[in-house]
Amino acid sequence: MKVVVCVKQIPDPNTTGQLEPSTHFLKRDGVEAVMDPGDESGVEAGLQLVEKHGGDVTVVSMGPERGLDAVRKALAMGAGKGVLISDDALRGSDALTTAKVLAAAIKKDGFDLVITATESTDGYTGIVPQAIAELLDVPAVTFAKSVEYDGATLKVQRQTEAGYDVVEAQLPAVVSVTAGANEPRYPSLKGIMGAKSKPMDRLTAADLGIGDAGGATAGQTITAVEPAPERAAGEIVKDEGEAAKRIAEFLVEKKVI
Amino acid sequence: MPFTAEHDALRETIRDFVSKELRPHAEEWEAAEYFPDSVFRRMGELGFLGLRYPEKYGGQGGDYFSAMVLAEEMARAGSGGVGMAVSVQSEMATPPILKWGTETQKQKYLVPAIKGEKIAALGITEPDAGSDVANIRTRAERVDGHWRISGSKLYITNGVRCDFILLVCRTGKQEDGAHGITLFLVDKDLPGFNVSRKLKKVGMFSSDTAELSFDGVEVADEAVLGEVGQGFYNLMWELQGERMIGSAGAIAGAEVAFEETLKWCKEREAFGRPIGRFQVNKHKLVDLYTEITVAKNFVYSVAEKWNREEYPVTEISMAKLVVGRVTTQVADTCLQLYGGMGYMAETGISRYFRDSRLIRIGAGTDEVMKEIIAKTALGL
Ligand SMILES: Cc1cc2nc3c(=O)[nH]c(=O)nc-3n(C[C@H](O)[C@H](O)[C@H](O)COP(=O)(O)OP(=O)(O)OC[C@H]3O[C@@H](n4cnc5c(N)ncnc54)[C@H](O)[C@@H]3O)c2cc1C
Repeated sequence: MKVVVCVKQIPDPNTTGQLEPSTHFLKRDGVEAVMDPGDESGVEAGLQLVEKHGGDVTVVSMGPERGLDAVRKALAMGAGKGVLISDDALRGSDALTTAKVLAAAIKKDGFDLVITATESTDGYTGIVPQAIAELLDVPAVTFAKSVEYDGATLKVQRQTEAGYDVVEAQLPAVVSVTAGANEPRYPSLKGIMGAKSKPMDRLTAADLGIGDAGGATAGQTITAVEPAPERAAGEIVKDEGEAAKRIAEFLVEKKVI
Repeated sequence: MPFTAEHDALRETIRDFVSKELRPHAEEWEAAEYFPDSVFRRMGELGFLGLRYPEKYGGQGGDYFSAMVLAEEMARAGSGGVGMAVSVQSEMATPPILKWGTETQKQKYLVPAIKGEKIAALGITEPDAGSDVANIRTRAERVDGHWRISGSKLYITNGVRCDFILLVCRTGKQEDGAHGITLFLVDKDLPGFNVSRKLKKVGMFSSDTAELSFDGVEVADEAVLGEVGQGFYNLMWELQGERMIGSAGAIAGAEVAFEETLKWCKEREAFGRPIGRFQVNKHKLVDLYTEITVAKNFVYSVAEKWNREEYPVTEISMAKLVVGRVTTQVADTCLQLYGGMGYMAETGISRYFRDSRLIRIGAGTDEVMKEIIAKTALGL
């Protein structure tokens, strides 16, 4: 099985993100960067599948030069090959452009299954996985909390508000996995040292036949940014014998239970 | 900088592991005065206990600096005892097995130690002989083609939980001093090998420190590590490694304490400004930062020699001495800057204050380091 996992290097989510005032892009310079923790689950899901069913995992990332670190980490975890698409023209790409670039890179090498996270931890648009599927013309199975394959059919537990749906799909397909889907492995030192000698493709937008694709011509522009509204004060329920019932009613009303 | 991109990636991995799997339990383990044995198995599984050991024995095949990365990152576990226990496992009790062990000994002890399936301890110190190692009294007597071991060891890290111990015994006469000492690998489950006491300490709470007694413990010739009568000299080599890794871990600990304190000094206000803005405190912080940086770089330069398998005894002793000095200064100054908060049991800084004091005693005291430097470098 040929699995492709999309990964992204993002500013460390443990630091407070800041926006560049003029462009509204996330500030990336001088900020610690790490592989998006959600993508670690994607890599893990891919590795588990090929360990069971044979094949290999290729990781694909679009981003600046230092996105290389995320690709290397995935290689250290056990992926077989890396692809990094870096291009100044891609700076500030919107979700659709990102999906176009990734889909083109994925198509170039061929795939049976594409795995992504449900959304990135910095941009949070949550539409790249579905857009990739559409561009590749394959089914998208989203919010997977478990992914199984029996040699013919992909069986996914799809997280819902109330529990999960079981969804089946034929390959090729795109699956987005939730952050808690598995326990991503730590790369070992042997893996880290081995990653150096694994194949790594470096591509530009032009290599993929994608023209002037950056922020300037993107279909999406950010016109304004506002801070999220302050959280309203919570409601305190004083227990006069009825508290449990009132809390339960509140939770039902909010559709939590 | 001796660290490569691969070391940096390893550091990221270990830091991630420490913050997810060790740090959250620090308070619980401190209170219990123990951390679970499963930490060894988990770290073995992740390859952390064999970073610089050959792949042939289950190691990761890295260099000495990969072991340094581990020692440094363990300083972030929030409980000094965990890092110390791991150092004893990988950098104190087992390197002599790799160096002098027979293939059988390597398979029996080194391989499971790297996996974290067997826990190791190192037994040098005794009730009547600490700094004066050549004067130890635990005897291994030749009886009917066996060795029979009698005596006791004190302050033994991992002593309660260990599966085996690298034991320093006298096989010659007491008057022979350093000659006539031999190293043994002794299984904990042998009759006559007992844990007399788990000791209460000033710090390093999560580490189990024991008094051990050996009451006619019988072992075969296969238990001898290296040559009979060579034990003291082999042990001197082991102690260099112990001091090297101890210095690396301790200066990293000072750095972590300093980082925390710096943050605090920027946040805590008195008389209308952050306490770090008072010149007297600002200068203190600068002093610490400078001392830490200088000491750390000296440690790295010595470690580069150790990594090249040179034998820089004088410099290792100097490194431990200077790190001990800086550590004390950092611990005391940082606690002071925390004020009343620093004196509270639940703060990290008070724990660091207690834990860090050990570096000037364990693996050879400051005074012993000075004796070595005087002898090796000054001809005194
Ligand atoms: C928490 C902890 C863990 C330990 N873990 C281990 C372990 O796993 N295995 C192990 O074998 N040991 C272990 N030790 C023992 C440690 O190595 C010894 O405590 C240390 O070497 C000092 O020996 P001592 O305690 O007998 O002190 P002593 O040798 O009695 O020294 C007492 C004082 O006299 C000074 N002194 C001694 N000789 C001289 C001299 N010639 N000139 C000037 N001053 C001198 C010393 O510096 C010290 O200040 C541990 C100790 C502690 C506290």
